[in-house]
Formats: sequence, structure tokens, C-alpha cells
Amino acid sequence: MIAANLPALQVVLPLAGAPICAILGRRWYGWLIATALCWATFAISVLLYVQVAENGPISYMLGNWMAPWGIEYRLDRIGALVLIIVSGIAAVSAPFAFHSVHAEIPEDQHRYFYTAFLLAMTGLLGMAITGDVFNLFVFLEISSLSSYALISLGRDRKALFASFQYLILGTIGATFIVIGIGLIYMMTGTLNMADLAVRLPAVAGNRVVDAGFVFILVGVAIKLAVFPLHLWLPNAYAYAPSVVSAFLAATATKVAAYMMFRFVFTVFGVEFSFDQMQLSWLLVPLALIAAVTGSLVAIFQDDLKRLLAYSSVAQIGYIVLGIGLATQDSVTAAVVHLFNHALMKGALFMALGAVMLRVGSVDINAIRGLGARMPLTMAAIVIGGLSLIGVPATVGFITKWYLVIAALETGWWEIAVIVLFSSLLAIIYVWRIVEAAYFSEPSETGATVTEAPWPMVASTWVLAAACLYFGLDTRLPVGAATEAARALLGGTP
Amino acid sequence: MTADQLVGYAPFLPFVGAGVIWLAGPRPNVREACTLITAGLLFIMVAAILPTVMDGGRPGVTLFDVVPGISIAFEVEPLGMLFAMIAAFLWIPNSIYSIGYMRAHHEENQTRYYACFALALGSAIGVAFAANMFTLFLFYEVLSVCTYPLVTHAGTPEAKRSGRIYLGILLGTSIGFQLLAILWTYVLAGTLDFRPEGLLAGRASEAVIAILFALYIFGIGKAALMPFHRWLPAAMVAPTPVSALLHAVAVVKAGVFTVMKVVVYVFGLDLMQTANPGTWLPWLASFTILTASFIALTKDNLKARLAYSTVSQLSYIVLGASLATSWSIVGGGMHILMHAFGKITLFFCAGAIMVTAHKTEISDMTGIGRTMPLTMFAFLLGALSVIGLPPMGGTWSKWYLAMGAMQADQIVFVVVLLISSLLNIAYFMPIVVNAFFVDRGGSHAHTGIKEAPLACLIPLLITAIGSLLLFLFPDPAYQLLLQIVEPLTVP
Repeated sequence: MIAANLPALQVVLPLAGAPICAILGRRWYGWLIATALCWATFAISVLLYVQVAENGPISYMLGNWMAPWGIEYRLDRIGALVLIIVSGIAAVSAPFAFHSVHAEIPEDQHRYFYTAFLLAMTGLLGMAITGDVFNLFVFLEISSLSSYALISLGRDRKALFASFQYLILGTIGATFIVIGIGLIYMMTGTLNMADLAVRLPAVAGNRVVDAGFVFILVGVAIKLAVFPLHLWLPNAYAYAPSVVSAFLAATATKVAAYMMFRFVFTVFGVEFSFDQMQLSWLLVPLALIAAVTGSLVAIFQDDLKRLLAYSSVAQIGYIVLGIGLATQDSVTAAVVHLFNHALMKGALFMALGAVMLRVGSVDINAIRGLGARMPLTMAAIVIGGLSLIGVPATVGFITKWYLVIAALETGWWEIAVIVLFSSLLAIIYVWRIVEAAYFSEPSETGATVTEAPWPMVASTWVLAAACLYFGLDTRLPVGAATEAARALLGGTP
Repeated sequence: MTADQLVGYAPFLPFVGAGVIWLAGPRPNVREACTLITAGLLFIMVAAILPTVMDGGRPGVTLFDVVPGISIAFEVEPLGMLFAMIAAFLWIPNSIYSIGYMRAHHEENQTRYYACFALALGSAIGVAFAANMFTLFLFYEVLSVCTYPLVTHAGTPEAKRSGRIYLGILLGTSIGFQLLAILWTYVLAGTLDFRPEGLLAGRASEAVIAILFALYIFGIGKAALMPFHRWLPAAMVAPTPVSALLHAVAVVKAGVFTVMKVVVYVFGLDLMQTANPGTWLPWLASFTILTASFIALTKDNLKARLAYSTVSQLSYIVLGASLATSWSIVGGGMHILMHAFGKITLFFCAGAIMVTAHKTEISDMTGIGRTMPLTMFAFLLGALSVIGLPPMGGTWSKWYLAMGAMQADQIVFVVVLLISSLLNIAYFMPIVVNAFFVDRGGSHAHTGIKEAPLACLIPLLITAIGSLLLFLFPDPAYQLLLQIVEPLTVP
């Protein structure tokens, strides 16, 4: 009974938890409720992943209304992997949040923070599990609205503006998506993804479908922060509370990328997207520009959260590049990078959260000399940084491996060169941090700090260790990604 | 344990050792004991593999697949055996030397120093034993990263600047060129396993093979081929034992070793002779040999002079590999060994002088042979070996390299070797002559003998005598290397 209803529970659990958290979440109860729910949700996604890996895609009819009239939850490898990423990062963030939220957010707002956190998670999980495009839009809005709220809770007053900026752009993106959905609904009369995939080829070549595709693509690209639609991202990540930066950086863009996978490969199909609409010629150049300029701009950032945010723009470029090349290896690279990038950015933003807690700033000068004062936190930053560069034995290398092989196989050695060049730029910005942390005299506040509380260190290190572990034992991410890529390119959802 | 198991454990022993050293950090004596024990154990393990390889065995182990088709795997072939023996053996005297040097110098962060040193050695063994290009690259990169804290050990602005050059060039070339070459090889050949016949024969056009060859050669920045040699002089800011073992032996030899591996097992000696992708390389190597020697002449800082000498000597090995004849390959392999013993001796001496007499500039070392006779005598032996004069080991490697050049009908490179030897004499011998025979008079003359601490003195005597012994007994190394060139007509 419960096993059969896991797909629904996956979303309902955090959704139902959110209001409970708002009502009962005084003092530290909010944290407790949120943590318990995050962990339960994570357990469910693991169970779901195992089911999908063993028995193939799961189809779940909400309220037993048959698709395509009712809402179908449909879970395949890539969806299950995204669920694991979202709920896993949430489960790791929860212990981290305790001290961090205490330090950065006024106490009377804690319960609302955890409420918004659960809602954001609900939205992200829902987007990954649903098989219905309108339902997808609804979950997108749930996650977006709650992220705006989360970002605006940042200590700095600029957080309000950052949140507002994101609100405007995010709303434009969501509106574009819903317009696009409307257009394809008009042409096909269905909202179910699998059904759309069957019906769309019959009406392909119609301008309305083309327009729908473009609206959806641009909308998703805004949420994914594809260059040049990334302008909201650096501010949002830089001014959000530390936990929020870590959670959103690791999950929100991943789910947005998942949306792109779904629409491009499943709903519209490889043939339409790449043969008819020539998507490669749009995505590949943008991805390459993102990979290079994102890294270049990151080099010149002094605010480390902003530095990481620009690095995210570059890393998202890799994902988009993988989608754009549309070969088995490149899509594998893109899906693997969803997972890998979540691990590294999660670890890095959490480590910065620990610095924020102890030193009160994440400026490059604030971390000077912290290598000796906060050895574990700084070591986690080094591991995350090496991963961003793509040094072997880290997860970043695995992505680069598949991506460059895909580029070489398609004969585009120039792409391979640009990808590797972007890694070289990563060396520069990562090493600015390393030099400051290990080979500079500490600042005045930095000289007296101690290591962060152990739950924060533990959370950071779970992800940092995962960066190393999954860099060598790649069966889970690469296995899932290879399967996912095969399914996506094969056209079956 | 069987040889196969030893091969699987040996590269990871120093990694475990590094963990133990880190835990023992607060107690310096225990920590140093851990270093010595790890070094000793490592040498025993590596030496235990030697007989199998000498008999023509290729012990190996595949640990696991990282991605399908690409595994972390070790297989010991003669070249790797030789490199591992050198690195593991020299780590023992170097550890003793480190203890003397670091304590006499009152260096800080010694725990980080010893832990990183162990990591570096583990990586070097990993490079030596790698059974495929992926495993080699993995340890190659770990080696770059974990030697960085050793280079910037002092933490001064100069050290940081040098660290940037060091890591920038090493990571830059390896990710920018070498990784691209590796992935390209994989796409072309479908595998990265080292094979005696090479991977690329018949897989790509000659133009592609030539490009790949250039990518590999410039991508292996650790070989310090010009114009990517700047990191090596920059690395001299590190404590002297680091310069001695890592930047004269483990790191740089990992570079030239990788060059030889790529030439022999990725391109294959047949392909090297038929497709001839690297006709330009002997010339570039010769250019590096001569230019670096000239730069060495101009350096007054002893370590800087030694560093440029290393740049020059490394290109001997590249020259040997690029000529790709049976003698030149043997000569290149021998030079990995001979230069290691000679150059580590020289660095040990430089460090001993620094610790005892607090002198770093050559012009200040006039007459120092009277106060430090043993050290300077060892310096003489080391210098003779690097120059390639009997009765030192370096004689043999230059001999075979010259033979290789003749075998390739390229007399011009014999001339390069001879000129370089003359230049070596020009930049080493004045140091020794001035140290012993020029009396600075007055203040210096009557201070009596004041040698470095025993922990510094003994290792440098060991390696100097080792250099001498290698002249008398070069045969094991020679026999080992002959196995590689068997595919060619054995001379």
C-alpha cells in the first residue's frame, strides 16, 4: 500500500509538512519538523530510485484518474536521479541549517523559513516526478515563489533587491513556459507528456508548435540561467542566506535543467528539437560562451558566494553543452553533471556558510589564514574547488571526460579545447581562494575563530567526500546517466 | 604476498602513511618515525616486486572501473620498475635528510610537509606502476596538487608567486594539452591500456598522430621541456629536501617517465619510426639542453643553477625517447637513474651548505671546501656523475644516449651531448675548484671543520657513493631496460 503510493508521498509529505511547520514551528520545532521530513523524503526517493532501476519507469495515476485526463506521475531514471539530488541535498542541508539559520535569520522568522524551505523542496520534487506539463508549471511556481521568499530572508538588505530581480525574471520565465504550454495544448489537446510526445509529430511544422517550443525553451532557459539569461543568478546566490544558497545552487538549476531535458527530448523529441529546430546551433555557442565568460568573470569576484555563482553559470554551460550536442555521451555528461555539480556546489556553499557563521563575511579577505583556523571547512573548499577544475579523482573530472569525448566523437575538437580552457580558468579562481586560505596572514577577526559547529562540518564533508567518492566509483551517477541518456535519445519517456 | 598484491598495495602505502603522519603531528619524533617506517616499508615492497619483473614477469592488478572501459589498474613493466625503485630508495636518505634539515632550519608546518611528501611519493609510485594512461594521469595530477603545499611551504609572497607558476604550468599543460590528447587517444583507439606495440598504429592519419604527439609532449609539463620549464626554477623556493627528491627525482622524473611511456606504449616504437611524428622533438630537446645549460652558467644562486641544470638534463631523456632507437631508449632510461643519484647529491650538498654556513650564492662559497670537505667532496662526485665522467654512473647514460644518436644516424645530437658536457663542466667545476683551492684568506681560513648535522651529512654521502657504485654495477638497470627495446632488434 505505502510502497505503491510512494510517488504521491514523495511530494505530499513535504507539502503537508509546510503548514504544520508554520503553525507548530516555534523555537527549534520548525527545524525538527523540516529535518525529519527532509530525511523521510530522501528515504522515499532512494526507494523510488531502486524501484525504477529494477523495474523500469513507474507510472502513477493521481486519484486513479487515468492519464491523459488525470494527472500522471511518471518516474524514469533521470527523474529518479533528480529526486535523489533534491531530497539528498535537502537532507544534508537540514543539519547544516540549525546553526546557520540561527545566526543569519531573526528568530521569529525561523518557522516561516522552514515552511518556505519545505515548499521549495515540494516544488522541485514535484517538477521532477510529474508527467503532466501543466502540473509541472504549478510546481515550478510553488518552488519559485518560495525561493523568492527564501532569498529575501538574507541578512543584507540587498537580498530584497536580489529577490525582486529574480522574481521579475523568474515570473517572465514562468509566463513564457505557460504560454508555450498553452500553445501546444491548443494544437494537441493534451497536457500529458507521453501523450504530447505521441501527438506532437503529427502537427509538427506548424508555426504554433514552433512558437510554443520557443516560448518554453526561453522560459526554461531563464530558470536554468543559460547565458545570457543568467543575470538574476549571481545576486540571488550572493545575498541569500547561506543554507538557501547551498540548497538552491545545488538543486534549483538542476531541476530547471531537468525541465529542459524533458521538453527537448521527451515532449518535443530529438527529431523536432535538433533536426527541425536546429537547437544545437543555439545551445552549443551559448553554452561555450557561458563556460568561458562565467569562469572569466568569476576570476574577478571578491565576494566568494558571487564567485561561486559565476562559476555556476559556467558549469551550467557544461550541462547545456551536453544537451546541445545531443549524442549518447554528451547527454550522459549533462545528466552526470546534474549530480556532480550538485555535490560540489553544495559542499562549497556550505563551507562558505560555515565561514559566514564564524567570520561574518565571505569576502576573499575574510577567509585569509583560515586554513589553520578552520582546517576541515577549508579542506572541503579545496576538494570542491578541485572538483570545479576537474582534477582526476573528483566528480568534475567524470563530467569533463564524457563531455570532451562527446565533442571529439562528433568531430568538434574546438569544443573540446574550449571546455578544457574553461577548466584552466577555474584553476585561477579556485587558487585565489586556496592562496588566501592557506598562505596569507589572517585578518583581525579571522585570527581568533575556531572550526564551525560539528553538524555544519559534517554536512559539508558528506558532500565533499561524495565529490571524491563519486569521482572514482561512478556506478550510481554514470549508470543512471547512461540509462537516462539512452531513454531520452530513444524518445521513450 | 604475491607480486600482484604488492603492486596493488605499494602505491597506497604512502597515502596511508600520510594519514598516520598527520595523526602523529603533535609529536614530532613519532611523526618522523612514521615517515621513516613508511619509506622503509615502501622500499621493501617495491624491491620485492623487482625479481619478478627481472624475470620478464609483468605483475599487475586491476582495482575497479571508474567509467565503463576505463579502470584504475597497475601493471609493472621495466621502465616503471626502475622509476619506482629510484623513487622508493631515495625517499629513505631523503627522509633522514629532511629531519636534519627541517629541524636545523626551524621550519614551521612540518606535519603538512611530511604528509604531503608521503602523498607525493605515493603518487610517484602510482605513476610508475600505472597500467593505462588514465591511471597514470590520475596520479600525475595528484602529484602536482600535493606538491604545491611543499613549494609554497615558506608562505612568503615569493613562495606564493612561485606556487602560482608551478601549479599554473603543471595543471595548465596537463589539462589543456595532455588530457585532450588522452581523450583523443581514447576516441581513436577505444582503450588507454599501455601495450608494447602501441595503441595508435593504423588508427589515425599521420597528421593527427603528429598533432597528438605534440599535445602529449607539451602536455607533460613535468618533463620541463622549453618553453614550459619555468615552473622548475620557480619550485626552488621550496625547502631543499623537496628540491632534492621531488624536483630532481620524483616529479620531474615522473614527467620524463611519462614521455617515455607515451613514446613506447602509446605510440609504439614501430610507429615512431614509420610515421615519425616527432622529427622536431630531438631539436627542441637539444635546444632545451643547450639553452638551459647557458642559463645555468649565469645563475649565482646554487639552487637556481642546479634547477636549470635539471631542466637541461631532463631533455637528455626526452632526446633519448624522441630518437626512439634501442640504444637511445636504454640511454634515456639509464639517465633517469643516473641523474637521480647525481642531482639529489648535489641538492643535498646545497642544503647542507645552506643549513651550516647559511650561504646560498655560489660567489660566497669560495673556500668552503676547507670547512666542509666531505660535503664538497660529495658535491664533486655528484657533479662528475651529472657531467658524465668516469668513475661515476652518469658515464653510462651519456654513453648509450650518444650511441643512440649514432644509431639514428644523427651525429649532430652526439655533438649536442658533447657540447652540453663541456657546459656542465663549465658550470659545476668552478664551484668545486673555488671551494677547495681558492683561499679566501683571513676570516674563513681558521674556523676549522664544520660539517652539516649528521642527519644531513650521511644521506648525501650515501647518494654520492651510490652514484659511484652505479658506475661499477650498471648491469641490473641495463638488463631491465633491454626488455623494453626487445621489439626492436636487440643490439
